[in-house]
Amino acid sequence: MNSRTCLYAAHKKMGAKVVNFSGWDMPLHYGSQIKEHHCVRRDSAMFDVSHMTVVDVGGREAQEYLRYLLANDVAKITGPGQGLYSAMLNSSGGVVDDLIVYALSSGFRLVVNCATGAKDVAWMNDCARGFQVALQQRDDLAIIAVQGPQAIARVGSVVGKASGAKISALKTFNSIFASASKTAGSWQYARTGYTGEDGLEIILPSSEAETFWWQLHAAGVLPAGLAARDTLRLEAGFNLYGHEMDESVSPLRANMAWTIALQDGERDFIGRSAVLAARDAGPQDKLVGVLLTQRGVLRDGQAVYIAGCEQSGLITSGSFSPTLGYSIALARVPAPAGGLAEVAMRKKRETVRLIAPAFVRRGQPIFKA
Amino acid sequence: MSDTPKELKYAPTHEWVLNEGDDVVSVGITDFAQESLGDVVYVELPEVGDKLSAADEAGAVESVKAASDIFAPVSGEVIAVNTDLEDSPETINEFPYGDGWFFKLKMSDPSEMEHLLSADEYIESTEEE
Repeated sequence: MNSRTCLYAAHKKMGAKVVNFSGWDMPLHYGSQIKEHHCVRRDSAMFDVSHMTVVDVGGREAQEYLRYLLANDVAKITGPGQGLYSAMLNSSGGVVDDLIVYALSSGFRLVVNCATGAKDVAWMNDCARGFQVALQQRDDLAIIAVQGPQAIARVGSVVGKASGAKISALKTFNSIFASASKTAGSWQYARTGYTGEDGLEIILPSSEAETFWWQLHAAGVLPAGLAARDTLRLEAGFNLYGHEMDESVSPLRANMAWTIALQDGERDFIGRSAVLAARDAGPQDKLVGVLLTQRGVLRDGQAVYIAGCEQSGLITSGSFSPTLGYSIALARVPAPAGGLAEVAMRKKRETVRLIAPAFVRRGQPIFKA
Repeated sequence: MSDTPKELKYAPTHEWVLNEGDDVVSVGITDFAQESLGDVVYVELPEVGDKLSAADEAGAVESVKAASDIFAPVSGEVIAVNTDLEDSPETINEFPYGDGWFFKLKMSDPSEMEHLLSADEYIESTEEE
């Protein structure tokens, strides 16, 4: 029997096609993933991402522990509510997971991927030995992502003027804690997302999530499923764990060098020496964007052939871009690659163009045509 | 629950076949097939004049999620193709049995129709998947 989020009944009522996602019954779409995608780019839509794992880290040495556990440095965080994107590395410098860490008024909160949740928690507990910390998995919380140019306004119309004003003043990657009503518990509104649009990820008590979901719906926010979430993140050029990186891939090979905080030479985080060695060895390959403007859809695992290179590359995430109207992909290719390449499609090789790995932000294409 | 009209015949590879008389059939993909594929973004149609044998590849349909070949359910010559699908592939999701038809065949051996599945037999075959 798969796990279900507290919004499962609402998804069924809304006509969701439910699929198994890493042991969870999750909505794939509610009729059309392309319409849901456009909804996020043009107005707003909401995603149930309660299947993601939330772990609160408390205790006297919470900060020291996270400075050891994470490749980014939580010491950069200047106040409660602020978020930081980070990789969690193993000792050979591979990516155990990518996550967002927020400072709480006391301690920290990590939001990690669903598919890797159990592994992450085990790893975090292993690494906690010798630190005065307490890890608490928050299965009592739900997460609703509201994304799109109208997301902030529509959430504001539901939560009332006072909270709405605080939310619209939030900076990217910051969050505030507020209550939606006198009876409600503490909700965290974070100005984060996985779509390339403005929006929020709202972490709230599971018991209050379904009411809020229907209130958002009444305010004009349509539901969107995991299928649209994937095409949106791909257009935005965001990595997906298990595709662009995993435990065998250095973050340097996944355009994540900016998340590795090396400034403090005293800070010995897990994977540091392996990352430094990989940096000194120099790049063998790179993660790029791929455009296929003719008919066909690029798929994960297809080979990318580069003229003059013996080694071929590989598509790590391929799909159709609803915003652009043709197929796009992320691919790991030999370092000298650039310009044009060929991809082994289902029946023949097609010519593709390699670009920087980001396609659409805030509703608009962001690469040079 | 997928829609499977009784008046049509079906191939196990998820095409429907409508007998239009004069040995002409129109062919499309079933509601079950479009639902499994999800949003269709490209179609590949045969050309008018193509002579196909039953089970020959006649085209392809590609969704955001997956690609799938379309096969000729019976033998015959292609006498019409629905070129509107090239600009509006979503028609296949919205109206799989009406405006979503792919091509018409002039059958060379109308007795092949007897090998196709009834609606009930097709539903049974999809339940086994």
